[in-house]
Amino acid sequence: MRVAVVTFPGSNCDHDGYHAFKLVGADTRFLWHRETDLSDTDAVLLPGGFSYGDYLRSGAIARFSPVMEAVVAFARAGGPVLGICNGFQILCEAGLLPGTLLRNESRRFRAHDVWIRVERSDTPFTLAYEAGRVLRVPIAHADGNYFADSDTLARIEDRGQVVFRYTDPDGNPDPAYNPNGAQNRIAGIVSEQGNVLGMMPHPERAVESVHSSTDGLGVFQSLVTSLQPVP
Amino acid sequence: MTSTLDAQPARHGTAAEPRPGDPEITPELVSEHGLSTDEYEQIVRTLGRTPTYAELGVFSAMWSEHCGYKNSKRLLRLLPTEAPWVIQGPGENAGVIDAGDGYALAFKIESHNHPSAVEPYQGAATGVGGILRDIFTMGARPIAVLDSLRFGDLDSGRVRYLFDGVVRGVGDYGNCVGIPNIGGEVHFDRGYEGNPIVNAMCLGLMKRDDLILGEASGVGNPLMAVGARTGRDGIHGATFASEELSEDSQHSRPQVQIGDPFTEKLLLEASLELIKSGHIVGIQDMGAAGITSSASEMAGRAGSGVEIDTAKVPVREPGMTPYEILLSESQERMLVVAKAGHEGHVEAILNKWELEAAVIGAVTDDGMFRVREGDRVVAEIPALPLTDGCPTYEREGIESDEVRALRERDLGHVLRDGDLSDALLDLLDSPNIGSKRWIYDQYDSTVRASTVAEPGGDAGIVRIRGTNRAIAATTDCNGRYTYLEPRVGAMIAVAEAARNLACVGASPVAITNNLNFGNPERPHIYFQLREAVLGMAEACGVFETPVTGGNVSLYNETDGAAIYPTPVIGMVGLIADVSHVTGSGFRAVGDAIVLFGECADELGGSEYLYRATGEVAGAPPRVDLLAERALQRLLLDLGRQGLLHSAHDCSEGGLAVALAESAIAGTEGRFGCDVSLDDELPGTALLFSETQGRVVVTVEPARLDLVLEAAGAHGVPAKRIGTVERAGHGLKIRSPRAEVSVSLEAAARQYFSAIPRRMEQNVSVDRAATSPPT
Amino acid sequence: MRSFHLEIRISPRPGLLNPEGNAVQHALESLGYDSVKDVRVGKTFYVQLSAADEDAARTLAEDMSRRLLANPVTEDFRIEVSELAEVPA
Repeated sequence: MRVAVVTFPGSNCDHDGYHAFKLVGADTRFLWHRETDLSDTDAVLLPGGFSYGDYLRSGAIARFSPVMEAVVAFARAGGPVLGICNGFQILCEAGLLPGTLLRNESRRFRAHDVWIRVERSDTPFTLAYEAGRVLRVPIAHADGNYFADSDTLARIEDRGQVVFRYTDPDGNPDPAYNPNGAQNRIAGIVSEQGNVLGMMPHPERAVESVHSSTDGLGVFQSLVTSLQPVP
Repeated sequence: MTSTLDAQPARHGTAAEPRPGDPEITPELVSEHGLSTDEYEQIVRTLGRTPTYAELGVFSAMWSEHCGYKNSKRLLRLLPTEAPWVIQGPGENAGVIDAGDGYALAFKIESHNHPSAVEPYQGAATGVGGILRDIFTMGARPIAVLDSLRFGDLDSGRVRYLFDGVVRGVGDYGNCVGIPNIGGEVHFDRGYEGNPIVNAMCLGLMKRDDLILGEASGVGNPLMAVGARTGRDGIHGATFASEELSEDSQHSRPQVQIGDPFTEKLLLEASLELIKSGHIVGIQDMGAAGITSSASEMAGRAGSGVEIDTAKVPVREPGMTPYEILLSESQERMLVVAKAGHEGHVEAILNKWELEAAVIGAVTDDGMFRVREGDRVVAEIPALPLTDGCPTYEREGIESDEVRALRERDLGHVLRDGDLSDALLDLLDSPNIGSKRWIYDQYDSTVRASTVAEPGGDAGIVRIRGTNRAIAATTDCNGRYTYLEPRVGAMIAVAEAARNLACVGASPVAITNNLNFGNPERPHIYFQLREAVLGMAEACGVFETPVTGGNVSLYNETDGAAIYPTPVIGMVGLIADVSHVTGSGFRAVGDAIVLFGECADELGGSEYLYRATGEVAGAPPRVDLLAERALQRLLLDLGRQGLLHSAHDCSEGGLAVALAESAIAGTEGRFGCDVSLDDELPGTALLFSETQGRVVVTVEPARLDLVLEAAGAHGVPAKRIGTVERAGHGLKIRSPRAEVSVSLEAAARQYFSAIPRRMEQNVSVDRAATSPPT
Repeated sequence: MRSFHLEIRISPRPGLLNPEGNAVQHALESLGYDSVKDVRVGKTFYVQLSAADEDAARTLAEDMSRRLLANPVTEDFRIEVSELAEVPA
């Protein structure tokens, strides 16, 4: 599997994402935001960070980067695109995912481990998990409060687009474990076609024994598995 | 007070001349620039003529305490700076040590106290920005940040405003650039009421071969200004940092600098790419005193000269004078010495990262720091006298009678009453002891996916990707101890830092220091400074942890009231195998709890005393450096053998607080403990004395004998004092004269709400501190 | 007491770096808006309050701006006051 990790000016989780994909054996390369050639690419990662300083709105300026036209075309053609944290924000700004990410309810940057429940295991990003499994992964964001208007929210719930939800360590809903005030405790959603995933938590920071958990590894393994040619 | 430096040979016949519109050089103007009459005369002798306005500004900045270390330089020479593993000692942008496997570690601490007192958010943010640049200009990629903070008591709205702003500033800047914050410390005490301390430390990793120095060598090589444009920010910040704060400082608006972490991130990537490219010979941050200090220091180090044309410097605003351009402290700028003919390559790399680069001058061979504005020479100063000729002073140091009386006060009568369980709960509610989660949850600690332990432990740890190695770092200093007895306090700061590193399994190897003091021209402040340096030198000698650099911040006073002398120690340690890391929390029910070291009646300067009586008095705890060294070696030995389940040092709050922290704050959940001490000390002394050289460890019962034997072999007193229990058992501590029984829930509630509950009240505070409308 | 509507505009002080504005300016330029010379980002507060008269309302607004809404170290503020129509009780 060939993965392109996009680096925007201000991306700072591009290397972490790169290493996570390397760990599961993917052929991984960095793609500077001015490049536009995705012809040799099976999957795209939009990493976390502060593209353009997150000035104006998180992701609002990055979506106009030259690479994004190619990413939109890649996604429309069914190619898997994973957006983590700032990458999620960019996907929303670019219109590849519905809704937006508002300032955390606490109005503060929050960085700590959270628990998220896998709501669907039939996406290319979650094949390695069983539905209902609870993952421990870190968050680190100021704008992670998922918001969509009520019609949109109803639609994404009806279509089962919610892939990860914040829960307590046992998988139960608990507002105390919603770190940012996200509607319906949404931590990650997929596009209608299911090939674009945006999530606020950082699975790439939970893949090795030095990390507080290795629960994030499945996201990267799932992508590799989903892209293996069917025998 | 004596000035050592003889007049430099006079150089006559230079072309520097006053610029139309420059103010006349008068005694008042000289004084406003923070220069004494003697110093001014030395300038005139150095130049052989009256300085121009621009030259006066340049001398003022370079001979400030911040750049010239005029009050501290002679004392700093007393510190040990060498060891076989030191690659770069003091004098460069940062110290560098050998980290093994071909890696080198650059690290340094720096203060931004004065800017943070005026504008906490931007002051703290730009403090982080500055220390990051010091690291990546050495060719190292920043891998971790720590922050060491001091504020007044949190009961004050103004203090909460400062604390909140500083934490946001440190967080936003580091989070945006993507450098994990792995630890630090914060203390609240009325001794810092008007003068917060904001020290930031950064660690950076590089391959040994990538080390680059801040030198302007190679005659004819171009000087390039790189990164952000030059504006009117922070003009005379270096001088400002060397003055006392007053009501006026609140209005010293133009000196505030605004941080832009996004540009910093681009500058970081561009600088590392430049250094690897081979197109440059030297690079330095334009930090305090801006272009002036970076250009003259680079020339001074290389023994060369430099010539700059201010008309070629990219500016943010029209109409800036040479004086302003020379002294601007606009952030996120670098001075680069490129190889002649490689300017285009340098520019291409900068442009890729969407930054500007402009040739603003060249390296010369005449030893002069020369500044032009087009055809006009506006400054021409011999570089070496400017950078190394700053007059240095050895002042009179006398201990204050008031402090001696405080130290000698007998505390016996005030400390023997009250319920000890309540006293423990009260201590856990102290913001000095309670969890710092409110702070570090606002700091990204896991970006770069290499952070090993969660913040809040005894030291922060990052692994070196691709190896088994890891690096640990900590910052320490108890200002109350250094106030009451500076030499002992400084020794304790070094000892505690080393102990913290040893607890996690890291061998202490070197320190960077930040000397935060009041006005050294006052004899009892100079006494504190001298004593602290002597204590630090002694401890660093015994532990073989040389000082590779640091920062001096003097004049931390408001309206005559000085801060506690606060020599912050930033220490780094190496871990050969990351699987040997030990945490501070209990891990398993049934484990034996062992105390290394001995208890004593030493409540002087303690948190218990401050909480109970509001006093900072008595003699601080004694410190036995050889015993500390034995303890460190024991811990490292046991860590390497994997014999310890946890290790946590006893510091503020003493033994009882150390036990409580291990019970409630570990990463493996909460545990109770049952502890019994056969010690005849009074209860408060036994539980809450901050006696040094003590560590609480837990071991599997089957390995207890091995651990006690090892302690014996190292000559460290060791005793099993209890057992780890289930959380439901609570915290139970007994001795012939003490009885504590506290539920885990009560202890945890106090511990975790100490800071948040105070910050919930009226965080958005009165900036102008005016009276409310009626 | 009368009711007033206040618009309090907070702007970055002239001469100080405005990183947000710079980033937006670059983005506008890259979208082809070549004629953009400068962008600075501020914010606006819309406040309703009651006061005896317009001067009193303005004084209150200035006070709250100085104490809380604006950061006097880095920001300036400008206040516009308009009276709200009386709402019958």
